Amino acid sequence: MGTKRHFRVWRGDSAGGDIEDFDVEVNDGEVVLDIIHRLQATQTPDLACRWNCKAGKCGSCSMEINGKPRLGCMTRMSTFEEDETVTITPLRTFPVIRDLVTDVSFNYDKARETPAFAPPPGVAPGDYRMQQIDVERSQEFRKCIECFLCQNTCHVVRDHEENKAAFSGPRYFIRAAELDMHPLDDREDRKEYAQSHQGMGFCNITKCCTEVCPEHIKITDNAIIPMKERVVDRRYDPLVWLGRKIFRRDQLDDSESMAPSTSVGVTDVAKGAPFTHTRGPEGPEVREDGRMDVSEISLPTQGGPSPFGDQEFPMPPGRVAYQQPAPQYPHHGEDGDHSTDGRHSTETH
Amino acid sequence: MTTTATRPGVGPSGPDRSRAAITAKTLRTDRWWLAPLITFVGLGAWVAYATVRVFMHKWYFVEAYHYLTPFYSPCLTDRCVEGSALFGTPLPSFWLLPEAALTLPFLLLFRLTCYYYRKAYYRAFWLSPPACAVPDGHAKYTGETRFPLIFQNAHRYAFYAAMIISLINTYDAIIAFRSGDSFGFGLGNIILVGNVVMLWLYTLSCHSCRHITGGRLKHFSKHPVRYRIWTFVSKLNVRHMQLAWITLGTLALTDFYVMALSAGWFSDLRFVG
Repeated sequence: MGTKRHFRVWRGDSAGGDIEDFDVEVNDGEVVLDIIHRLQATQTPDLACRWNCKAGKCGSCSMEINGKPRLGCMTRMSTFEEDETVTITPLRTFPVIRDLVTDVSFNYDKARETPAFAPPPGVAPGDYRMQQIDVERSQEFRKCIECFLCQNTCHVVRDHEENKAAFSGPRYFIRAAELDMHPLDDREDRKEYAQSHQGMGFCNITKCCTEVCPEHIKITDNAIIPMKERVVDRRYDPLVWLGRKIFRRDQLDDSESMAPSTSVGVTDVAKGAPFTHTRGPEGPEVREDGRMDVSEISLPTQGGPSPFGDQEFPMPPGRVAYQQPAPQYPHHGEDGDHSTDGRHSTETH
Repeated sequence: MTTTATRPGVGPSGPDRSRAAITAKTLRTDRWWLAPLITFVGLGAWVAYATVRVFMHKWYFVEAYHYLTPFYSPCLTDRCVEGSALFGTPLPSFWLLPEAALTLPFLLLFRLTCYYYRKAYYRAFWLSPPACAVPDGHAKYTGETRFPLIFQNAHRYAFYAAMIISLINTYDAIIAFRSGDSFGFGLGNIILVGNVVMLWLYTLSCHSCRHITGGRLKHFSKHPVRYRIWTFVSKLNVRHMQLAWITLGTLALTDFYVMALSAGWFSDLRFVG
């Protein structure tokens, strides 16, 4: 049976906005995203919201529900009291585009900066062999759906915008850990990278990333702390240092891989690499009264309004939406096969 | 290609990039302040109790049953009563010098740099942040990148020290089974042994221990023994927070029990001897 519930939803764009009140019907078994859709269908057809799978797997419908970063599709209405007001706001850490839609390109910048998987030299793709116990730590981090709730809730950037340049955030710490623990990844300098380029030292392990992760990845315990400890190995542990000297392990290391990496990602060259001819995502066009046309029929083009403006196909040469920076690897063997494992560092939805 | 209609906030160089204008500092409606408050009160009370006890310089040893409180182990100053000093008394008596002056600083360091306690006091005492999606209490933030917080990276040395101190505590608990010249067993023994077991579990569940035993390896398959140890430590590590609080409880309980016996408030429940 449906009941009327009170909702407050933030409406606006980067120029400003406010929380608006709605009374809307809620039925058994519904989730917050269902209510947003009902609002769109009944009261406010131009309410902007990003969503896709409604199953907690695409990571699109990240929003803040009663102040908590959550997935709209995974927040059951039954978790609220019947007379409880539900307040829905966009992610606070990222610039807002419109209503509940934010510009999360900060995360894509950080993804592009992170050096991709470096294949082992002399092993052709298809010949990679790993044991399950070696790869299972990395597999936990592959569950990430890139909803960016961890990035949004992390106070390092949420409360301190100025740290965004130096801090990659939990999502990219698990990426660093995933690759550093990967049995076949050939890079040795991921720890140094995590410390000096990702800003791992900014993390004070208050565990909010783990608290909000809808995939229940133990971000802090299994990725950030192990990576911090690996940094300690290299930088701060005299016993390890002594052990390396006595057993001469340091001479076994490829000295080149310890040198500062010249990878495009590491050196920040990729930062700001164009998405679509340097045009950032923006809200779709609106009418004179500031509202959006909702019906496809009244739109000048078919299909839903695109956050990247309207695009003609085929794309003109040189205007491809995204170009992966050319990968560069430590020079282990010049004849090594340099193809990647097909998993780019920018998994988008 | 169509163009995008001009809107307020969209300049010729593209849209302004600003966050959503939300006035409320946090919109959380649950009791997010409860957990940091409990932590604040709990840790504060424990630190106050421990400080008073450490500088009390009395009621730390029960000679009849050889019970020594962990707060005074090993007893190293000239003040140490007969039988309580197992390692001699190299330190002078000075009221600011705790009896266990060589171990307490390392235990303090171990807990201060512990990955769980860091979370607890950063949230409850430093409000950075007090709870998730609640604003940081400070305008500037550099995390653990600078002095003095960069020394949080020394956790593993404190862990090595804590291992040695756990051995000493274990020895204390074992020799407490002697009362006089014969075997003795009382409620105090159960409390001392329980405390030592919990201290070991807390120490071994440490994140640094998890890293040292196996976490630093890239290939578990090449180190099957270390992988098994790592698996064991990982299981303990999940309970690190609970063990951190349990050991605070057992430490305070053990100390209080020994203090009460030593002061003669009540007598030990003896099963043997």
